[in-house]
Amino acid sequence: MDLAAPLAIAAAVALLPVLAPIGEYHLHLVILMLIWGFVYTSWSVMGRFGLVSLGHGAFMGIGAYGVTLLWNQLGLSPWLGAPIALAAAALFAVVIGWPCFRFRITGHYFALVTLAATEIVRLVIVALRDLTGGSLGMTPKTALTEGPVALWALQFAAKEVWLYIALTVWLAGVLIWRAVDRSMLRYALEAAGQDEDAAASIGVDVTRAKLGVTVLSAVMTATGGILYAQYQLYVAPETVAGIAISLQIVFAVIAGGMFVQLGPTVGAVFTLALTESLRVAIGHAIPSLDGLIYGLMLVLFIIYMPKGILGQALALVGRRPRPAVAPA
Amino acid sequence: MAAIFDVFLLEAILNGLLFGGVLALLALGLNLIFGVIDVVWICYAELIMLGMYTVYFLFTVYGLPLPVAFAVAILLVAGLGAALHWLVIRPVLASEPINQLLVTGGVLFFLQAAATVAFGIDFRNLGLSLPSLVVGEIFLPWSRILAAATALVAMLGVWLFLRRTFLGTAIRAISQDRQIMPLMGADPARLYLLTSAIGGGLAGLGACLLVLQYDVHPAIGLSFGPITFMVCVMGGLGNLVGGFLAAFVFAQFISVGGFFFHIEWGYVMAFVFFVGVMFMKPQGLFAASGR
Repeated sequence: MDLAAPLAIAAAVALLPVLAPIGEYHLHLVILMLIWGFVYTSWSVMGRFGLVSLGHGAFMGIGAYGVTLLWNQLGLSPWLGAPIALAAAALFAVVIGWPCFRFRITGHYFALVTLAATEIVRLVIVALRDLTGGSLGMTPKTALTEGPVALWALQFAAKEVWLYIALTVWLAGVLIWRAVDRSMLRYALEAAGQDEDAAASIGVDVTRAKLGVTVLSAVMTATGGILYAQYQLYVAPETVAGIAISLQIVFAVIAGGMFVQLGPTVGAVFTLALTESLRVAIGHAIPSLDGLIYGLMLVLFIIYMPKGILGQALALVGRRPRPAVAPA
Repeated sequence: MAAIFDVFLLEAILNGLLFGGVLALLALGLNLIFGVIDVVWICYAELIMLGMYTVYFLFTVYGLPLPVAFAVAILLVAGLGAALHWLVIRPVLASEPINQLLVTGGVLFFLQAAATVAFGIDFRNLGLSLPSLVVGEIFLPWSRILAAATALVAMLGVWLFLRRTFLGTAIRAISQDRQIMPLMGADPARLYLLTSAIGGGLAGLGACLLVLQYDVHPAIGLSFGPITFMVCVMGGLGNLVGGFLAAFVFAQFISVGGFFFHIEWGYVMAFVFFVGVMFMKPQGLFAASGR
C-alpha cells in the first residue's frame, strides 16, 4: 500500500505552522484529529480482521489514567509512567483476549465481552473516586508554573509542540498499520476470519495471531490515551473510557473506511469537522444536535456505504491496491 | 451489632430479588428479538428511556392518569420497536452480523441525542413516592415489589403466548429454522416485525416499571443497557429461561456487592463474573449442551 500519501500529509501538516499560521483554535483541531486519527487507526489494526472490539475505551482509559495517577500520586514522570501504563494495557488485553480467542468467542459475543471489559474499567475508575476524582475526572498536577516547557512532566504550553508530537505518533500508527497490512500476520488473520478450522489446519496458530494483533492494538490505543491526557491535561471516565468512547472509535472507523490505510484518519477528520462545524453553525443553542446528525449519519453509512468514505472513494476511483477482504 | 448487620444483608438480598425481576423483563425483550431475528439491539435501553419520558410527560405535564400513560408508553415503544426493525434492521439483514449490531449503536447515539435536544439534560421524576413495605426492620419499597410482580406476570404472559398461540408457535419455529419455515407458509418478514413490536412493548413495560423508581434523563440507557446485554449473553442469547435465571444472579451481585462495598463495585463484580462465565461457558451459563 502506498507510502506516499501519509508522508505527504505528514509533511504538509509539519509545515503548517511555518507556512500558514492558522491560529490556536485550528491548530487545536488538527492536533485532535491527529490524536484521534491515531486511536482510530489503532482500533482498525485489529477491527479490520473482524475482531470488532467494543472495549477500546478500556485501553484508552488505562493509558490515560495510568500515567496521570502515577504522576499525581507518586510523582512518577510520564516517561516512566507510560511504559507501566502500556504494560498494564497489554496485560489487560491478554487477560480478555486470550480466553476469548482460545474458546473461539467471536462476532456478537466478542463485541459484548469487550463491552463488559470497558465497563469494568470505567466503573473501577468511578469507584476509586478517592484516587481518581470519580465522574468529575482529574487533572494532572501542572508543571508549567516554571516555564512553558516541562519535558520531565511531558507538559507543554505551546500547541506547536503538541502538533509535532501528535504528528509523529500518528505517522507511526499509520506505518504500523501498513506493516501489519504487509505481514504474514495479515494473511493468517484473514484466513482465520474466514474459517478458523481451515486456517488452523494449514498451520496458522489462530489464538496467537489474534492475541498478537490485539495486544498491538491495545498498546497503541493506550498510547493514544496517554497522549490525549497529556495534551488536554484533563481525564474523565466518560471522555477516555466507557461505552460511549468505545462506540465513537468503532463508528469513526466505519465512517472513514475500515479496510484502507488512511480510512480511520479520514474518519477522525470527518467526525471532528462535522461536530465542530455544527457547533460553530448553531452554537450551544441546541445542545446535542451534532450527536443527532452524527447518529443518523452512522446508520446511513452502515446501510448504504459500509466501506466508509475513503473506502468508497477509492473503490470509485478504481485504484484498490488489493482486494478488500470482508470479515467473516 | 451482628444481628442488625444480617438484617441489612437480608434487605439487600430481597432488593436484589426484586431488581432481578425487572432485569429479567428487560432481558426478555432483547432475548426474544435475538432468538428470532438474530440481531442484538444495542439501543434497547434507549427505547426504554423514551418510554420513561412518555410516561413522565403524559402523567406530570398533561395530567393523564398513570394507567393511561403506561398504556400509551407501551404502545408507543412497541411501535418504535417495529419502526426500528423496518427502517434500520431490515436493510442490513443480509449483511454481516456485526453490522447489524453496529447499526443499532448508531440508533443509540441518535436517540440519546434526540432526547437531549427535545428534553434537555435535566433529571426528571414523576414526583410520586410510594410507601415501603415494612417487615420487622426490613424496608422494601412498594414500587419495587410492584415492578417485580408485574415483570413476572408479563413474562408468564409472553411464555404462554409463545407456547399456546399459533403466532407464538410460528415465532418459535422461525427461530429454530430460518430456511425451512418460509416453506411452511410462515412469512418471516411479518413475524420479524411482530417480534420487534413485542420486544419494543416489553421495553415499554420495563420503562413504566423503571420510571416509578428512577429519575429519567437522556443518558439513563447507558446505566441499564450494558447490564441487560450481559444478562442475555450469560443466559445464552436467545435462551429465554437462561436469561431469566441470569437476571437474578446478576441482580444479587449488584445488590449484595453494593451492600458490602460501593454500588460500582457491585457492578464491577457482576461484569467480572460475566467475563469469567463467558470464558468457561461461551454459549452462556444456562445453555443446553451441544451447539
